[in-house]
Amino acid sequence: MIISVASGKGGTGKTLVATSLAVSLKDKCSLQLVDCDVEEPNDHLFLKPVIDKKEPVAIPVPKIDETKCTFCGKCAEVCAYNAIAVLPKNVLVLPNLCHGCGACSYLCPEKAITEEDMIIGVVESGHAGNIDFIQGRLNTGEAMPVPVIRKVKEKVSPDKTVIIDISPGTSCPVVESVKGSDFCLLVTEPTPFGLNDLTLAVETVRKLGILCGVVINRAGDNQGKMEAYCREQNIPVLMTIPLDTEIARLYSRGITLAEGMPRWQEKFESLFRHIKELVDERSSSLKR
Amino acid sequence: MKEVVVLSGKGGTGKTSIVGSFASLAKNKVLADCDVDAADLHLLLRPETQEKNEFWSGQAATIDEDKCTQCGLCQELCRFNAIKDYKVDPISCEGCGFCSHICPADAITMKDNMSGHWFISKTRYGELVHARLGIAEENSGKLVALVRQKARELADKKKADYIISDGPPGIGCPVISSLSGADLALLVTEPTLSGIHDLERVYEVCRHFNVPALVCINKYDINESNANKIEDYCQQQGMGTVTRIPYDNAVTEAMIHGIPVVEYSHNGLSSKIAALWDKIVNKLGG
Ligand code: SF4
Ligand code: SF4
Repeated sequence: MIISVASGKGGTGKTLVATSLAVSLKDKCSLQLVDCDVEEPNDHLFLKPVIDKKEPVAIPVPKIDETKCTFCGKCAEVCAYNAIAVLPKNVLVLPNLCHGCGACSYLCPEKAITEEDMIIGVVESGHAGNIDFIQGRLNTGEAMPVPVIRKVKEKVSPDKTVIIDISPGTSCPVVESVKGSDFCLLVTEPTPFGLNDLTLAVETVRKLGILCGVVINRAGDNQGKMEAYCREQNIPVLMTIPLDTEIARLYSRGITLAEGMPRWQEKFESLFRHIKELVDERSSSLKR
Repeated sequence: MKEVVVLSGKGGTGKTSIVGSFASLAKNKVLADCDVDAADLHLLLRPETQEKNEFWSGQAATIDEDKCTQCGLCQELCRFNAIKDYKVDPISCEGCGFCSHICPADAITMKDNMSGHWFISKTRYGELVHARLGIAEENSGKLVALVRQKARELADKKKADYIISDGPPGIGCPVISSLSGADLALLVTEPTLSGIHDLERVYEVCRHFNVPALVCINKYDINESNANKIEDYCQQQGMGTVTRIPYDNAVTEAMIHGIPVVEYSHNGLSSKIAALWDKIVNKLGG
């Protein structure tokens, strides 16, 4: 089963939930934690995994053999991202704009284009105790997280219990990361910003047809509006984590809630059971 | 005219509350919300929309069933696995157009994508340029670039002294679009291990694009030893002194009331934010 942990915006406690859920379940089932927040991966700070494999992520960018090139302009014409400019006596490639689609090399009439790898990030895998740990990292200065996310997701083993940490927002990297999940846990906080961003996140997972539930973090006495919204939208609130400076301090030191306050383990286990019930219910209703 | 962009690496560090306060403090400026994915600034500034425009960007392939001979070439060549059973999955399609060029039956056309909206609005604090990327859309970087361009045009026209923009989270394409060519970046962080990690990553991006940066530690009192670590890091990197802002419930209360925190409370927090704005003005040489 694949559970993704997302939030409309960052800083709502997504990492806290993903890591504590992983730690609470690690002795109950075979578990994989996958950090797809490749722009700012943070789960490793909490789980302190031993990384035993690093694989670079590259996209193939064109390389022009100017001895063969006739400067016909075909490659520039077919490139949808303006990554190639053909001048009278040379061809300019802007690798940062290239998406590695392969159109130019395939369509060059002179076979003057070959491809070479440009490294944009890395996928790291290892273990944190008995947790199977995978994370992706986009190199700073690179613009495209999606190819890194795709490589990370190739490592997902669906026969395990997989927890995926998703980057904030609602655009392409989020969709790429959430796609294929059985359930999406949306972590939010009961503020106007939190509610606004939650509604966007709900729209996104619904568009993908994925079941979702909410965790309200930093709850005090002000989550009425949020609970009303969830009720109205028929989204279960599966867990509430109070606003507590002790929890914030643990987090600031890189300690998971499940380890810093072990009584939370039971709550995360029951959160997991609840999610499993919802997923099973849906799959049996789909079969019917 | 000087442009300052407020970034945080992860978001959720109080960045938007700080931008909202700058909106209230700064004179003669244009505001821009470059977080086109999950914009929040409007909740504090309560804009009145004056102009709403469509944002068309990128393309997606469609296959004409009647013309398609099911040869399978497009499926074989598409590197994004966006074509299955002779149908295009619009979410996976990158819009590169490769398939449309090679289809022997000429069955594939590229259609333009309406991927969002952008707005010019009036607020109590002056004009705000903001945008909304459609759900699950691409090209947020281009939309950010457009927001900035419109903000600049407006600032030129109004002879504004400053453009203040609320930046997107992360370090990828939208962040690069919001940052390149700006005069100053304010990096808002929290004294947590992840805050430090995110700050280092976003600062590297600033360096990469040669944008000078100032740092502000929000809720510094959650973990003072981490706050000291951040301060040391900033010294090492030559970023000068760091502004420390204490944890204060007033930030959330102001948000609930839909006003910038400097207008909601007049305690130490507000004077810290005011001093931070003065520091930015100084650094910008204004
Ligand atoms: S398509 Fe080939 S021959 Fe034509 S300009 Fe490009 S590289 Fe040169
Ligand atoms: S591989 Fe695709 S995106 Fe890259 S330069 Fe060639 S046509 Fe453009």
